[in-house]
Parts: sequence; structure tokens; C-alpha cells
Amino acid sequence: MSEDTTQNPTPAQAVLHVADLKGGYGQIQVLHGLDFYVNDGEIVVILGANGAGKTTTLRAISGMIATSGTVDLRGESIQGSKAPDIVRKGVAHVPQGRGTLNELSVEDNLRVGAFIRKDNEVDADMERWFDVYPVLRERRNQRAGSLSGGEQQMLAVSRALMSRPDLLLLDEPSLGLAPLIVKDLFDRFAEINKETGMTMLVVEQNAQLALAIADRGYVIESGEIAFDGPAAELLSDDKIRKSYLGV
Amino acid sequence: MDLFLNRVFDGLSNGATYALIALALVMIFKATTLINFAQGEFAMIGAFIVLVLATERGVPMWIAVILAMIIAGLGAAGIERTLIRPFDPADHLPLVIITLGLFLAINAIAGIVWRFDPRRFPELFPSGNALTIGSATLTWYTVGVVCTTLITASLLTLLLNKTKIGLAFRAVSSNLESSELVGVRVGPTLQFGWAIAAAVGALGAAVFVANPVLQLEPTIMIRVLIFAVSAAALGGLDSLWGAIIGGVAIGMVQSIVVPYTPIPNELALATAVIVLLLVLIFKPAGLLGTAAVERV
Ligand SMILES: Nc1ncnc2c1ncn2[C@@H]1O[C@H](COP(=O)(O)OP(=O)(O)OP(=O)(O)O)[C@@H](O)[C@H]1O
Ligand SMILES: [Mg+2]
Repeated sequence: MSEDTTQNPTPAQAVLHVADLKGGYGQIQVLHGLDFYVNDGEIVVILGANGAGKTTTLRAISGMIATSGTVDLRGESIQGSKAPDIVRKGVAHVPQGRGTLNELSVEDNLRVGAFIRKDNEVDADMERWFDVYPVLRERRNQRAGSLSGGEQQMLAVSRALMSRPDLLLLDEPSLGLAPLIVKDLFDRFAEINKETGMTMLVVEQNAQLALAIADRGYVIESGEIAFDGPAAELLSDDKIRKSYLGV
Repeated sequence: MDLFLNRVFDGLSNGATYALIALALVMIFKATTLINFAQGEFAMIGAFIVLVLATERGVPMWIAVILAMIIAGLGAAGIERTLIRPFDPADHLPLVIITLGLFLAINAIAGIVWRFDPRRFPELFPSGNALTIGSATLTWYTVGVVCTTLITASLLTLLLNKTKIGLAFRAVSSNLESSELVGVRVGPTLQFGWAIAAAVGALGAAVFVANPVLQLEPTIMIRVLIFAVSAAALGGLDSLWGAIIGGVAIGMVQSIVVPYTPIPNELALATAVIVLLLVLIFKPAGLLGTAAVERV
């Protein structure tokens, strides 16, 4: 029933609208024309095996690599813009491996997350994310490099949220973390999404967990979208269960 | 005893100037993870600008120094934009070659413009002694250099820790990609680092040659640079206060250790290199640094 509207949004409805996206590194083309979209308030997950091009897709959106095709943010083209300008348009990207600014304190990591802002609510926002992740408050004056992997992931997410984005890109937040910590992390993403309406595009290998909190999902194989659909459908699809859920 | 005290005071004044140049090197290292071999030559040009402004234009000395710092900063910003930024920051070889090339080019140009004969440099600090203990004397010059160095390091610390551009600079030197992803414009931020480094270097050279026993000539900073590199490496190449400690330590080694050991005076410079080697072997991150010295 809702298939028609969710499958074919008008670009104005979508926070992110990507069409025929191509890109890669130098002469090597990795993305061979991707089409997908993320609607306002949705959590969308991108699944795929190692080297499928998931990270490259996020880097293409946030302006870290050269691309061709369409990348529209709320109907406005951001394709070809530089990363610092795309942040200012409202895209925050938590890179694979968390991108912690090791030598800076936890607090300075958050302040630098608010680098593009000129309002005076930065401190208030910082307290807000400290409420969500109290361990960061305890460690606010500590070197960020001294945090555990899970704490660094919380810090990376909070750092990204400090820019007050329209769209949050998360690249394999579960990477290298213990299952319990990952579960907690994803529960918190779902909470943030529910409470703030934050739109999220999440890249994951942990398909089970990601689909559990997602509205829809895409599966990338060698730089192309192989399947897509509502999260529940993907979770029950036999082919996907075999290839990506390990069951 | 008095002789020893005199040597300590000498070590302090030399060490404090090495520290100033080392501060400049640390700023560049934070920006590029490289040593700018032309840093001493940038600084030497700064000192000549002070000399020209003060003696030919009648500009008061400290104003001449501040103007020279600004000019050196702008010049370095231009050099960063044209000669450094076009190259991949991860590829160190071209950048090392460029700073070495700049070293040779600036030295040659200074030689052509100002020739290689030494010139007297006006005084920056009051002459005479601040303190006399027996026959040992602490000159106002030494007091002035040490104060200048401490004030400069404090201001740099404030700049890096309390301002937005300082935060951006620390972010870029910590993680370039993450900085871009939070909206920091990397190029102009690093350019700011180059400008600050050159300004501090110019101050260092002016203060150094303001020593009444020295004169300004185009080669004057070559020795200083070697001592400053050792000082920066000893302190930890990415630590401002490490550079101060390293500078004073190198100054003391030069003025105390060398005279009391059979090391011939001519080899004082070699002690700096030996200290550098010892740091590289035993504590590559230096005393206060976080980054190991891998490439110098
Ligand atoms: N900097 C780079 N230069 C050249 N090729 C690259 C670079 N980064 C990735 N690639 C290649 O691009 C392809 C896609 O890589 P990408 O990092 O997007 O995969 P991924 O789906 O994120 O994989 P993973 O799950 O391992 O993170 C791979 O074949 C990879 O080897
Ligand atoms: Mg990846």
C-alpha cells in the first residue's frame, strides 16, 4: 500500500536523492551508477560484503571523492561540492573507523563538531549529548585517543550531531566492538531517531542489527544496488538471509 | 662558580632563542609532520626586514619587529599557497625537496640583496646587567630573550587552545579527514600555521641577532636551525612547551657541557646532532611529544 509513495518519492520529499551515482579512486571506478533515496526521518541501511563500495558511497555523498550523477539534499544539488561545504548544507558523516581526533580532549572533539555553527547553543547541545552518553561527560577532559572503541564511537556520533545535521551518515558503527556494546549503540540510534526525527543512512555488515532498527535497506554488490526494500522484507528474504545474515 | 653561572646565563639566552625557532618548527610539524628546513632562512629575512625598517626608515625597533613578523607571516602564507598546498600532504618527498630548495634560494637571494658581510643589529633590550653575582653577570639581553620566549610560547598556547582557528589547527594536525568532515577548510587552516610559524621565526632571529656580541649576516641562522631542530626533536616535535624545554637543554649542553668536557669548541654544533641522534634512538617521541620522529 505505501509501496508507491516510498519507492518513488518526489525529490522534494526525500532528504537525500541519489541517481546514477558514479565514482571511485583515480582511474578505478567503484560505483557504477547507484540510485537510492532517504526520506525525512527514516533510518536507511546499506548492506554489502567487504569491498562492495559501501564506504565509497558515503564518501561520494559527503564530497570526499570525485563523482558524477545526481546527489540532491532536500532538492538542492550537492554533487561536486567540497566536503566542508556539504557539511554546511547539513550532512554529517561518521567515517569508518570513527575518525577520532586522538590528541584532542573529548570536549574539543565535540567543539570541533560544532565548527560550522555560529549560534551560542553549542554548550547546551554538548550537555544534551552528554546526557545521552554520560560516559563522555565523565571523560570530557581526557584525550579522546584514550577512550575505548565503544566510547570513541559514541564520541564520533556525538561529534557529528554537534553540527545539527539534516542527515547523519554512519559508516559501520559496529566495527570492532563487542556484541553487547553494538546492541546498545544501535538501540541508542533508534532512540535518537525517534526523539529527534534525525534522518540516518547507516552502512553496516551486521545486517541483522541494522535492519532491526531500519525502515528500509539497500544491498550493494560490486558498486551496484542488487536489492532493496523495507527492512522487514529484507530480513525475511531467503536470498538475503543466506548471503548477508549468515542463516 | 662564577664562571659556571656565566655559562648557565649564556646557555639560557642561547637556549631561549633556539626555543623560539623550535616553536616555529613545531607549528610547521603540526601542520605537515615535516621539518621546514627553510625556517631559519625565513627568520633571517625577517631580521633583515627589521634592520632595514629600523636603520633606513627610522621605525622604532619593536614596531619594526612586529612589522617584520607580519611581513614574514604574509610571505609564508603566500609560499604555502603556491609551493606547498598543490602537493599531496601524504607524500613527503616533494615537500622536503621544496623546503630544502627554499632554504638555498632564500639564502642566495639574501646574499645578493644584502651581501654576506656582517652588519651591526640595533639593540632590542636595554644594555647592561640586570644582576651581578660576584663576577657573574645576568644581562638585560638574557632576561629579555627569556621573557620574549616565555611570552611567545604562552600566547601560542592561548591561540591554539582558546580560539576557533586554533581548534581547527589542532584538529587538522590530529586528523585531516575528520576535520574536513566537520567543515574545517584544511588549506587556509594550514596556511595560518605557516604564517604564525614564520612570524615567530622572524621574532626569534631578531631577538637572536640583537645579542650585542653578534652581527646579522645571511648565514647566521644555519647553525641556529640545527640547534633548534635538535631542541624541537628533544622536546617532542609536536609540543610547544617541549620545544622550550628542548631549547634550554640544548643551550645548556652547548654552554656548560662542552666547556667542561674534552669536546673541542668547534664541535659544539656536533653536540646538537648527537643529542638529536640520541633522541631518535632512545625516545623518538621526545620528552613531551606524542608523535614519533620518523622523518626529519
Ligand atoms: N583509497 C582507495 N584507493 C583505491 N581503491 C580503493 C580505495 N578505497 C577503497 N578502494 C576500493 O574500492 C572498493 C570499494 O571499497 P569500499 O571501501 O567502498 O568498500 P566497503 O563496502 O566499504 O568495504 P568494507 O566493508 O570492507 O568497509 C574496493 O575494491 C576497494 O579496494
Ligand atoms: Mg567500508
